[in-house]
Amino acid sequence: MELTGAQILIHFLEDEGVEHIWGYPGGAALPIYDALDTDAKKLQHILVRHEQAAVHAADGFARSTGKPGVVLVTSGPGATNTVTGIATAYTDSIPMIIITGQVPTSMIGLDAFQEVDTVGITRPIVKHNFLVKDVKDLAITLKKAFYIATTGRPGPVVIDFPKDVQNATSHYEYPQEVALRSYLPVVKGHSGQIRKAVEMMLSAERPIFYTGGGVVLGDGSEELTKLVRKLGFPITQTLMGLGAFPASDPLSIGMLGMHGTYEANLAMHHCDVLIAIGSRFDDRVTGNIEKFCPTAKIIHVDIDPASISKNVVVDIPIVGPVQQVLQEMNALLDKQAQQPQAENTQAWWAQIEEWRSMDCLKFDTSGTKIKPQAAVKAVWEVTKGDAYVTSDVGQHQMFAAQYYTFDKPRRWINSGGLGTMGFGLPAAMGVQMAFPDATVLCITGEGSIQMNIQELSTCLQYGLPVKIVCLNNGFLGMVRQWQEFFYDRRYSMSYMDSLPDFVKLAEAYGHVGIRIDNPATMKQQLEEAFALKDRFVFIDIITDQQENVYPMIPAGAGQNEMILV
Amino acid sequence: MLIENESGALSRVAGLFSARGYNIQALTVAPTEDESLSRLTLVTLGNAHQIEQIVKHLNRLIDVVKVVDLTEGAHIERELMLIKLSAVGNYRDEFVRLADIFRGTIVDVTATTYTVQMIGETQKLDAFIAAIDPAFILETVRSGAMGIMRGEKCLQI
Ligand SMILES: Cc1ncc(C[n+]2csc(CCOP(=O)(O)OP(=O)(O)O)c2C)c(N)n1
Repeated sequence: MELTGAQILIHFLEDEGVEHIWGYPGGAALPIYDALDTDAKKLQHILVRHEQAAVHAADGFARSTGKPGVVLVTSGPGATNTVTGIATAYTDSIPMIIITGQVPTSMIGLDAFQEVDTVGITRPIVKHNFLVKDVKDLAITLKKAFYIATTGRPGPVVIDFPKDVQNATSHYEYPQEVALRSYLPVVKGHSGQIRKAVEMMLSAERPIFYTGGGVVLGDGSEELTKLVRKLGFPITQTLMGLGAFPASDPLSIGMLGMHGTYEANLAMHHCDVLIAIGSRFDDRVTGNIEKFCPTAKIIHVDIDPASISKNVVVDIPIVGPVQQVLQEMNALLDKQAQQPQAENTQAWWAQIEEWRSMDCLKFDTSGTKIKPQAAVKAVWEVTKGDAYVTSDVGQHQMFAAQYYTFDKPRRWINSGGLGTMGFGLPAAMGVQMAFPDATVLCITGEGSIQMNIQELSTCLQYGLPVKIVCLNNGFLGMVRQWQEFFYDRRYSMSYMDSLPDFVKLAEAYGHVGIRIDNPATMKQQLEEAFALKDRFVFIDIITDQQENVYPMIPAGAGQNEMILV
Repeated sequence: MLIENESGALSRVAGLFSARGYNIQALTVAPTEDESLSRLTLVTLGNAHQIEQIVKHLNRLIDVVKVVDLTEGAHIERELMLIKLSAVGNYRDEFVRLADIFRGTIVDVTATTYTVQMIGETQKLDAFIAAIDPAFILETVRSGAMGIMRGEKCLQI
């Protein structure tokens, strides 16, 4: 088939099984937009209102489905507007393809209108990027991009696509396969190491699983759940890992890290065998690295060799896909004569239960103001714990992580690594597109939601019945909290003045707005809001302005140095 | 290391070093007999843990085909220097002698200058420079070290 580059792109995406593409048109992408009109059969383009939102939406789609998210934008400002979104996806290892229009090859380097060095700008925040100079290379480049984005440790791949190449013609045939001599992701963990790890687990007295986003990304949830239950060990999950193991299971002792539970952080501090799976010893998790797990032998399973012994030196490294490694661990345990002994960890569990009885997540419900924690709990009840929950960044994000009990993977979608305010709403659009009938909600703050508020318009256009749960405390709450704790209550620039009336704003965009400011009516009003199955509803919850997120490990402190309520 | 001979490959390597705060002391790169590949030698400093991390991160780059740490085994290291000296009066003989001692070759001569070509380990080139009064050095250009493993072992794909 003889096609233009622009047509090849559309045909390739359909052949690759892509159904949704988020984007925004402009000069250097017009041939592609034309081909979309003439050639696309199943491929649906969703027109966002800002390119950053296109990337976050594709990202939300990818996180919730496991499939790569695809974005199409124009050159120059179109491309630069995607940068925050790309960095967000990169930090959390999300498979994405970002196609950027570029000025014609003959004009590259001449400071042409809407020219930026997209490949150069995005280089440090992508898994890889390409500039397509010859239409003959286009199809195979696209294939490579999808292969790179979705295998090994996933990540975003940018394809910069000059306008003359979009117009040039070439023969097109869908490339079924691709091999790259310089890129060979590990497909299997080392059996000897896996055996050693299992032996170490069986002899542990104070073991703990510390699992992260890698388990979600690597679809290791089922095997992990089996393994943890078989061993009867406590498990703590990172912000990115929530849901991989059911939080409602008694073996789960909550999230760890800066705003983790008392029992999780203390168990980390006192454990003798730490089993880290798909987690990367991030500073928000480890606290002061010098004081991290002082008595532990560490097993670390990760797909990325560069993650292993990066921040913390480990005793048994296992490089491999988490699902395969966990499967092999389970199989080994089943075959083994020596079975897990509950009495090995009896004393340890007694200690953990004592910590747990502190009930570090308790909060005061007596006042007349709505507590943000209570709001999240009520949302959890009303949605029967079965929603897809996206979030922004701040206190509300931590409250969501702490109080919405996630029992399934890919249900909790947040920008954990980069901490990008403005992520939540567009991400929710991506999830809703993937699961039209599911309850999709975004727990956000009045600060964060305003960073991509324009997407209310997109939600109307595509009939996306996302529910916004805005914990409106009138402050950039997380900033205010740090200022209260560490800057003598000088609340510099953290008060949000001149807020819009979010109810009216929602209505102006053609949606439903509901304000909740009374604890007594909260549950009932939430029921009403979530009953509006096919409407986008902005739920503006006026919460206690002074509430803080506890427990908290101040930056740089050890895991045993928590501030409780 | 061997990297894909493609535009951008070198900047990925250089970008990795600056982004992660590693330093590049020297770097040489040129295509190999297989035109699709470039051979790159990079000199950096770090403890064993840092070097391990650097190697891992380099391997993560899609354009990097193969990396070895030459200092892990016996290897040969060579650098090329061209150095232009102000050579008048007695110094004309003096610099010929000195170049000779260091097995350098004078590759260009004018009434007032010599250009000496010298190949060797980095330290030897440093020593030559140290042996000359800086006032006489007009210009130096050095390639940075290139390395290869001793014996039959090869860096190949
Ligand atoms: C794009 C961006 N800018 C700044 C920050 C720094 N920051 C982190 S949390 C926060 C406050 C968020 O306020 P809000 O969305 O109202 O949530 P709250 O903490 O009040 O729940 C800020 C400014 C960030 N994470 N992202």
